[in-house]
Amino acid sequence: MSDSREIIINRAVKEIEEGMVVNLGIGMPTMIADKIPAEKNIFLHSENGMLGIGNYPIEGEEDADLINAGKETVTAKPGAAFFDNAESFAMIRGGHVDLTILGGMEVSQTGDLANWMIPGKMVKGMGGAMDIVQGARKVVIIMTHTNKAGEAKIKKQCDLPLTGKGVVNRVITDMAVFEFTDEGMVLREALNGHSIESIKENTDADFTIDPSLSGGQ
Amino acid sequence: MTKVASSFTESIKNIKDGDTIIVGGFGLCGIPENAIVELAKQGTKNLTVVSNNCGVADWGLGLLLQNKQIDKMIASYVGENKVFEEQFLNGELDVELTPQGTLAERIRAGGAGIGGFYTPAGVGTPIAEGKEHKEIDGKTYIFEKAIKGDAALVKAWKGDPYGNLVYRKTSRNFNPLAAAAGTHTIAEVEELVQIGEIDPDHVHTPSIYVQELLLGKNYEKRIERLTVRKA
Repeated sequence: MSDSREIIINRAVKEIEEGMVVNLGIGMPTMIADKIPAEKNIFLHSENGMLGIGNYPIEGEEDADLINAGKETVTAKPGAAFFDNAESFAMIRGGHVDLTILGGMEVSQTGDLANWMIPGKMVKGMGGAMDIVQGARKVVIIMTHTNKAGEAKIKKQCDLPLTGKGVVNRVITDMAVFEFTDEGMVLREALNGHSIESIKENTDADFTIDPSLSGGQ
Repeated sequence: MTKVASSFTESIKNIKDGDTIIVGGFGLCGIPENAIVELAKQGTKNLTVVSNNCGVADWGLGLLLQNKQIDKMIASYVGENKVFEEQFLNGELDVELTPQGTLAERIRAGGAGIGGFYTPAGVGTPIAEGKEHKEIDGKTYIFEKAIKGDAALVKAWKGDPYGNLVYRKTSRNFNPLAAAAGTHTIAEVEELVQIGEIDPDHVHTPSIYVQELLLGKNYEKRIERLTVRKA
């Protein structure tokens, strides 16, 4: 795991509180599952129709009928439930899922999210992301702060097609944690020793700074 | 009143060129393997296929793509299939991408006699373009239409001759929704049990939704991403 991924995942896991029902997106978000402290009583929701994802199966005990939304073989923890996809998304849209943590390509300063397609490239589909960002009670996006070319992924406006408009509550990167409030985007935490100055340089959006951070670090 | 059909060959003949078929499964989990293989063999053409995914290049619905039997695909995620990309980019395949929850609910609505519904999923995104918007109690929704199938292909774990079905673990996924939304639903099962053997409390798909039932054979149950831990 690269350093930036580790920083993001270690910070993101702190969003998960005792007793929550949590939906983790495919890719980096799925890796958070392993970091959830065992003593926390969490139910992981999987879009394909399961509440209560357990560990990965022991080698040889995998079951083709038991997968997560990323099509990985998983197990069911005691107290788990299976259901069909309509019910699964009723849970999501109905506001019964406390938290979702998803990957992102771009986030705007008003909390718009783009994470499903790049025009001109192959379109793979949005899967469940558009439903989840509308329905989960809290939407946390995790992504590297800049792209491979070093350009900001947090911008005044998203350039890529949206997954949802004004849906993000919080974005966690390898540099910072931002929150989206009625008053706009707020820098809540500087991560990995980054200065507010360097966060500003790498963020192409307007934001205010949490009073607890003023004076730099 | 038994719905046990004589063969996959005979049952799949009920699907005609140009039909809309709804197919259960999520990835390769819970797909009606035998029915798809038979449909590929019969070469039924110009199909509109409604399914969350489109299999992989050489298995599941990917077999129908290889044969160019599909004109239009309604799905939420098709990233696992390379043949799909080819046919989509050269214009052979028409694609309607639908958010997963919207897809599930459109099929559910189709089976439940509901014309459509309002959902917040996709508001403010490209998929909302051209769709009716409605504000309800201060929140914006878009209208999505129900989907019905001329036929549905579903896979269950156990079934009885009346067509009552029980699914296993996450292989349930879209199967019960597809079963209800298909005008002619063909269900295949791993185990055909006696009438009365399934506790009525445990029936997932009541028999009323199933027109034909077949005992499937040689299930491959391919795993797309094997993830394990050491004992």
